[in-house]
Formats: sequence, C-alpha cells, structure tokens
Amino acid sequence: MQRTNPQDVLSARESQLQALLLLGLAGDAGAYREFLAALAVHLRGFLRRRLAQRPAEVEDLLQEVLLAVHNARHTYQAQQPLTAWVQAIARYKLADHWRGQARREARHEPLEDDSELFACADEEPAQASRDLNKLLGQLPDRQRLPIVHVKLEGLSVEETARITGLSSSAVKVGIHRGLKALGRLIRGKDDHEDR
Amino acid sequence: MKTDELISLLATAAEPVDRHALARRLLLALLAGMLGALLMTVAIYGVRSDLAEVARTPLFWAKLALPTSLGLLALWLTQRLARPGVRGGALWGLLGLPLLLVWLGAAVSLAGAPVEARADLIFGRTWRTCALNIALLSAPVFAAVFWALRGLAPTRLRQAGAAGGLLAGSTATLVYCLHCPEMAVPFWGLWYLLGILLPTVIGALAGPRLLRW
Repeated sequence: MQRTNPQDVLSARESQLQALLLLGLAGDAGAYREFLAALAVHLRGFLRRRLAQRPAEVEDLLQEVLLAVHNARHTYQAQQPLTAWVQAIARYKLADHWRGQARREARHEPLEDDSELFACADEEPAQASRDLNKLLGQLPDRQRLPIVHVKLEGLSVEETARITGLSSSAVKVGIHRGLKALGRLIRGKDDHEDR
Repeated sequence: MKTDELISLLATAAEPVDRHALARRLLLALLAGMLGALLMTVAIYGVRSDLAEVARTPLFWAKLALPTSLGLLALWLTQRLARPGVRGGALWGLLGLPLLLVWLGAAVSLAGAPVEARADLIFGRTWRTCALNIALLSAPVFAAVFWALRGLAPTRLRQAGAAGGLLAGSTATLVYCLHCPEMAVPFWGLWYLLGILLPTVIGALAGPRLLRW
C-alpha cells in the first residue's frame, strides 16, 4: 500500500505547477492558462486566510497578484522553487496593500506566517470590487484596443492588426505594455484612495 | 472583470519569454551607464597623461582590483535581488573581503612610511574632490541600473536599491581610475570607498520609492 504524506503532495503540486509555468514561458498559452488558473485557486486560499477580516478585498488583491506574476514572469528561473518565487510576489503585494491600509487607518494586522502556499486552496471566487474593465478604459488606444480585441472579443493577433491598422508586433507590444500599465494603474488608484 | 477573464487575458498575452531577459537587461544598462561615465570622465576630467606607463605597473592593476571586485559582487547581488524570493545573503558579507584587503594594504603602506609622509598617503592631492567626482560619475550608471531594476521584480526594495547604488559607485570608480592620479593605497581605502558609499546610501534610501511596482 502506498502512503502519501502531506509534504509529498505539496511537492508534487509544486512540480506540476512549475512544469506548466515553464511550458507557458516557452509560449504554450494553454499550459500557461492552466498554470494561472491553478495558481489562482491556491492564491485565493492564501490571501483569504491573511485577509480574514476583510474578505471583500481578497479578489481584488488576487487579481493584482496574478497580474504581477504575469508581468514578472521573465524573472522566474527554472532552478528556483516556484513556491518561493510566487510567495515573495504575493507577500510583496500583500505588504504593499497593508501599507496602504495602515495609512488609511491606524490598524495593525500580523504579517507573520510561513505556511505553505500550495497547502491552501480556494476555488470560490468572490466578486472583485475593483473593475479592471474601467481601468482598461484609461489606457491609450494602442494598448487598450489590442487587449479589447484579442482578449475580450477573442480575435487573433492578425485580425486585430487588420482592424486597428497596427502591425502584428505592435499589437503584441500593445498588449504587453498595456498589462504593465494596468498594474501601475491599480497601484496608482490605491495610492489615490489613500489621500 | 472576473478573475477568470483576467486569466484568459493574461494567457492570450503569453508570448514566449526570453530566458536571459534579466541578464540582458541588466548588462545592457550597465554598459550604457558605463559608457556615459566614460564620456563624462573624458569630457570633464580628462584621461591622465601617463596612463600607458602607469598601466605597466602592478600597483595600477591593484587599484583597479578594488572597484572591479566590488562591482562584480554588486552585479551579482543586483541580479539576485531583482528576482522575487531570492536573498542577497552571504554575498553582502563577501563585500567585506575587498574592504579588508584594501585596509590591510593601507595599514602596511602607512606603517612603512615615515610619520611626516603619512598625511600625504591619506590625502594625496585630490581628496577634496575625489569622492564627489566618483558620486557624480555614478549618476549615469545609477539611472541605467535603476531603469533595469524597474523592469524586473525586486521585492526587497531597500536592499535592491543599495545593491544598484553599489554597482553604480563601483563602476564609476573603475572608470574614474582613467583620470585619478592618486597611487597611494590609503587614499583608495578612504576616498574611493567614500565615493562608492554615497550612491550606495542614496540607492538604499531611494529604493523603496523608485523601485516600487
């Protein structure tokens, strides 16, 4: 009879996710989507436990972390444990979030904990209160249109290029820069709310 | 937007990623910054006229070894701290080694010199400007390295800023050696290090503000 201890389960999950990410980094969109979807489940659990007092903020922060993971994906190197990399990003965004909170109200929540990211899972998405679509509307056309056409309308890069009159590489660059800008907008918006 | 939609959006945007993107970005920034420092040195200070002769002496290469070793360690630290979940760790401690060596050399040099010559070994002729010149020359490297870091993902902003500043200061010192006429070890051990320390401290102070993402 085979026995599995929790540690084995975690490391199996880690290597499975890592394999998906590495495929994604090589350009396999299907594997990358699978990676993000699985990661979202774990991150949601991870964040929900840390934001137990403020469940309404979980989904916003989750989206922010996913966007950050995507925008930082070129800094992942295969020899690094995926958990360490993702947790560092999640913690960084969480700390940033709390700094914003602390400025808003003098309130303290404990930051300590070392529990394993992949030990948490939560498949129940809540409603995000921050609407990324609205933020998307603030991007310049050359970034917004590629995102809207390729993603929200499901067109290919070539079709989008034809409609918008941009070159295919400009469409790709537009999506890339647009997502970076979206990350900055989220941050800028939070900063603004602090004041 | 629902999280699922965001995931689809991100997956659609999944272009293949260059595995050496980080190294390329950092090296490009370093070279561009170094070129800037080089041009500034030539334009503002001028290359020392006896460079060809002095380059044949081991002492000149010992002088270059100080900023070179600090710079290589700083580059290693910077590329580590540019990635989430990677610490600087023992590398910070390794920085002590070149410092120790230069201070040891300075002590030996001072001990072997007559008392009245010691002040000269420490102050040389350019102590008033040396550190500030280095700090000024570090500006282009500092700007370029911080540009590179902003496109990466540092999560320990103060440390990453300090490492970037150290890289800028060391590189600037290396370039400044083309001009600087001082050949006394105690001088390097004080004024060069002070010049390197300035951008390092500025980097540590500015990191959390400039590198936030």
